[in-house]
Amino acid sequence: MSKLNRILSGLGLSLTLLGASVAHAGNITGAGATFPYPVYAKWAEAYKNNTGVGMNYQSIGSGGGIKQIKAKTVDFGATDAPMNANELGMLGLTQFPTVIGGVVPVINVEGVSPGQLKLSSNTLVDIFMGKITKWNDPKIAADNNGLNLPDQAITVVHRADGSGTTHIFTSYLAAVSTAWMREVGADKAVKWPAGTGGKGNEGVASYVQRIKGAIGYVEYAYALQNNMSYAQLKNRDGHFVSPTSESFKAAAGNAKWKASEGFAEILVNQPGADSWPIAGATFILVYKNQDNADTAAEVLKFFDWAYSQGDKMASDLHYVPLPANVTAMIRKSWKEQITDGHGKAIWK
Amino acid sequence: MKSTLLHQARLKQQIWLDMLFRGLTRLSAFGVLALLLAIIASLVMGSMPAIEAFGFHFLVNDEWNPVTDEYGALVPIVGTLVTSGIALLIAIPVSFGIAIFLTELSPRVLRRPLGIAIELLAGIPSIIYGMWGLFVFAPLFADHFEPWINDHIGTLPMLGPFFAGPPMGIGILTAGIILAIMVIPFIASVMRDVFEVVPPMLKESAYGVGATTWEVVMKIVLPFTRIGVVGGIMLGLGRALGETMAVTFVIGNAHELSKSLLMPGNSISSALANEFTEAVGELYTSALIELGLILFFITFVVLSLARLMLHKLGKGEGQTT
Repeated sequence: MSKLNRILSGLGLSLTLLGASVAHAGNITGAGATFPYPVYAKWAEAYKNNTGVGMNYQSIGSGGGIKQIKAKTVDFGATDAPMNANELGMLGLTQFPTVIGGVVPVINVEGVSPGQLKLSSNTLVDIFMGKITKWNDPKIAADNNGLNLPDQAITVVHRADGSGTTHIFTSYLAAVSTAWMREVGADKAVKWPAGTGGKGNEGVASYVQRIKGAIGYVEYAYALQNNMSYAQLKNRDGHFVSPTSESFKAAAGNAKWKASEGFAEILVNQPGADSWPIAGATFILVYKNQDNADTAAEVLKFFDWAYSQGDKMASDLHYVPLPANVTAMIRKSWKEQITDGHGKAIWK
Repeated sequence: MKSTLLHQARLKQQIWLDMLFRGLTRLSAFGVLALLLAIIASLVMGSMPAIEAFGFHFLVNDEWNPVTDEYGALVPIVGTLVTSGIALLIAIPVSFGIAIFLTELSPRVLRRPLGIAIELLAGIPSIIYGMWGLFVFAPLFADHFEPWINDHIGTLPMLGPFFAGPPMGIGILTAGIILAIMVIPFIASVMRDVFEVVPPMLKESAYGVGATTWEVVMKIVLPFTRIGVVGGIMLGLGRALGETMAVTFVIGNAHELSKSLLMPGNSISSALANEFTEAVGELYTSALIELGLILFFITFVVLSLARLMLHKLGKGEGQTT
């Protein structure tokens, strides 16, 4: 009997807990891209401490995020590859960026220390095309006077899973090479002309660290955390730049964001002397016409808070916060585009 | 009088309970069947768009291009079959040796600890094998074995092209070897169990007429247990075909058909594990589901073949030659 009692009281307790969490209607939910998950989780924690409103984010991948927002099971979706204006219009969604991340080519070449190797865009394309197969190829040597490059086979490492990182990286290759654009294209997963695939940033990072003569691409944060040897890239203005928060910021500052197109801008090959050529933002998707104005307002409040208070948290995690002029544009777009059932703007 | 009534009531209750029990067992058995059919149906339904778009060409097409939305299953099918083939090629003789040693040759004190160690090997989660394969085995393989393979086997006239390529440590061959290590405990423990049930009298009679250990194993133990041995091998093959995580770690995940076993490839299960989460678009998702359907079909054929073989073997038994 006492056992039964215990079970019943336990059940009662959990029911009250359940009731409590249901009653607390302020919580918002989102799902999607894995790349911004660390910063969203950090923001959610700090936001909850400040306001008492929780944000529950499931990092199930961009594809999953789009599916979930289509099914309206979440309050917002998140994707690394922006949807274009057409798709957004068809689904009645609006889109805005949150943070920027850079993609960095990482290498494992004996005798070359981090940042020493310089690659022009054509060389990088040819390497990933499988046309340049040795590290001492004259095309690589041309940009690296005085660097002792070994007679070693190049092993290309790419992502095996579909990913926003791949989307940004292949967008860059397609932007600088019509051959790449024609033969491979830019997407979250492509038919790679050469190389081997690792699962996730960590998979690519470990393959590159393990295979001698390897070159791959990872998120900037992964390159930093794993202390990987990166390469300098020649940007659109013809300068060799290193991947740093500053060079990502420079790329973001020179981009032409357009609210009408859902800010669908991939920050590759951006002008500017200091711009890092391979960067991209990650995006949030919400419905323009909201059935539940209160929840929608909570979602917008959360991101408004993140734009004004979350920059340091983002920088600590090696993301680049959006410039102030861009966040102002985003807030303006909320006012213009997101409405409740009566056509009234939710964001004031 | 009263006691008979009570007795009858109890009997009635027993009969009722019996029927209930029978119903429940039947429900469980048919439930599994229904589940199986439902899984096949949902796989077929999910892969309809891809089947309509590509037809049978899907099976022989080595293209896999999410950008142009063109998909073919040849690379993952070949990868799955070749890695499993390599695994069995290595695992069968080794498991056979383990089982013979444990049942015939090992000192009695060693049998139990060795047997338990092999069974423990079967309990290690596959992701651990994958991590070990990537972080420990692959570097060793790349630094010490692959250069040797390149120099000695890669230069041979016929075999050469299958063993040439940069020493990366990851690829089809590595995946096959890791799979072999994973299926050895399954095959070995089944073989040991069936070898143990050979009547001692048969073996002793053979030894009595002067047979060597080798002759006893080949002529007494193996013929007596072949059904179990084939069953064990099929169990191993089943595991190798469907293994996902360990293979994903070391196979290299490239949708590329390469002659060399040292080059990266792809298997059906690792393609699914890698690409399903981010697959957007109906055709992409559907092509992946069709891959799943093909894996289901391959496993089904393998198990059916095993049954058929066992059936034939069983018929031949008891006849004089």
